[in-house]
Amino acid sequence: MLEPGTTARILRRPAARISLGILIVVAAAAAIGPELFPLSYREPGPLQYAPPSWQHPFGTDLNGRDVLYRVLLGARISLIVGLAGAAVSLFLGSAYGLIAGYAGGKIDNAMMRLVDIIYSVPRLIFILIFINAFDGHVRDFAARLDWQWLISYSRIVILIITLGLIEWLTMARIVRGQVLALKERSFIHAAQSLGQSHLKIITRHLLPNILPIIIVYLTLTVPAVILDESFLSFLGLGIQPPQASWGSLLAEGAQSINPLKSYWWLLFFPAATMSATLLALNYLGDRLRDTLDPRR
Amino acid sequence: MLKLIIRRLPALFFVLFCVITLTFFLVRLAPGGPFDRERKIPPAIEAQLLAKYQLDGPLWSQFTGYLADVVRGDLRLSTKYRNRSVNEILAQTLPVTFALGGLSFLLATAGGVWLGTFAAVRRDSAADRLTMAAALLGLSIPMFVVGPILVLVFGLWLKWLPVGGWGSPAQLILPAITLAIPFAAVIARLMRTSLLEVLNQDFVRTARAKGLPDRTVVYKHALRVAILPVVTYLGPLAAHLLTGSIVVETVFNIPGAGGFFVNSILNRDGFLLGGVVIVYCALLIVFNLLVDASYALLDRRIRVDA
Repeated sequence: MLEPGTTARILRRPAARISLGILIVVAAAAAIGPELFPLSYREPGPLQYAPPSWQHPFGTDLNGRDVLYRVLLGARISLIVGLAGAAVSLFLGSAYGLIAGYAGGKIDNAMMRLVDIIYSVPRLIFILIFINAFDGHVRDFAARLDWQWLISYSRIVILIITLGLIEWLTMARIVRGQVLALKERSFIHAAQSLGQSHLKIITRHLLPNILPIIIVYLTLTVPAVILDESFLSFLGLGIQPPQASWGSLLAEGAQSINPLKSYWWLLFFPAATMSATLLALNYLGDRLRDTLDPRR
Repeated sequence: MLKLIIRRLPALFFVLFCVITLTFFLVRLAPGGPFDRERKIPPAIEAQLLAKYQLDGPLWSQFTGYLADVVRGDLRLSTKYRNRSVNEILAQTLPVTFALGGLSFLLATAGGVWLGTFAAVRRDSAADRLTMAAALLGLSIPMFVVGPILVLVFGLWLKWLPVGGWGSPAQLILPAITLAIPFAAVIARLMRTSLLEVLNQDFVRTARAKGLPDRTVVYKHALRVAILPVVTYLGPLAAHLLTGSIVVETVFNIPGAGGFFVNSILNRDGFLLGGVVIVYCALLIVFNLLVDASYALLDRRIRVDA
């Protein structure tokens, strides 16, 4: 794991403390915030396009819904997709990297060549096609089993899996590089000559040693997945109304910017919340990486 | 270099084949056909439509037929934009997407390399920190936020540049900048890290010890080696730019291939969708091959055999 002094050293910088603060506030607000709103704020109301006021600090949208409430709901979905998607990519990427690095030779070559190829293909485009191909089927499947939760959240589940499926490449590369260096160390040779199985060597000896670097890249994968999700939702092909994510809110916001009348708060508040969160995540990820691997 | 290209060719065709197959079957897996409307069409007419677009018969023979047509360069008819062929639509829209993508490519690489070098030679100064903070910001703000903000500031408030649309060079500026910003940020970070590492190497120290001026050391000796990671990134960059252009075209109302791509998914317009994906991937594959080849030329230490 990370050395005990690492976290303290990183948090000595004010920018790191601010970043951590932003993340805690956004996560807490996303978790409990939406529940605190009275019902009249959640449902469509008569007050269309009201600018920010004390009653509606972020203004209201086309349907008279409170934008702050929508932004927090969006934060909930975006954060869940980001975290869960990153977790999927973590498993895939580290498993792939561990196997490639440990096997070495031709297997390693072929596996990394495949990563190179996938890198150069417009992956999000395939995800778009994939989601639209499978969403209906997953919903049918859920209806047959009578899984209500899966029917309403089928998009989110598919998004988590597919985005995890495309964001594992960097993780695989990093893990493989680490394993290549580690496996020449004497404690691995010792384990091998003692006749330990490959599986045990990988899980007991290699994995614990690369855990810190995995955690660092996990911090950097979360914002990447959030950005991917918002990209899909912005195009109207990700999260569907009435659910909202930062991407779909920003799509509404971008449409409200026009020469006739600009409802700037529809764009500004979701954009500010999302950018602050991503900035904080990226900053902390960078700091963690620099501390762990000063050469980079 | 030629040897490298010839050696890679079979694998490239295989990748392209996988792309075509994957797209074809993924589109077919989706529930609902291209002719599903609110009002049900009579079965006889639907059968005729399916026959016209060669969507009848067993799936396997449909696939082989499609594959044969694609090899011949015929991407078939769009099922949504009646009587327009996919080739026709792509011929009209791809130049637009490429103009946008190409300009962004230049902006991102030139801007990124310059910013990264600027920051690296001023290591740990205020200028360095400011540049890297800006890069982090550029990386964290999505394009569809930057785009509307630029429109709001330069289009609506200052009225310097057009808000959107296509046709004049002025209309290209804001979209290209929007598309380039996050990638310029990525390249700037890559460039800075790489240049700092190279500046610590022995041959740079030798060059300095010889008494060469700082400019020569950085720009003639170090930069040439330090730019290699950026060259490796150019392939993924092209893929990201094509994906990103979909959003930017939507934000700025640009009649490129991106809008047709999104609509083809929503309309279940399989051949148009397939056409866009195949052409995108084919171009990216060729581009990556060129990047790999140029990499071998740039760095003699690396033998690209694989």
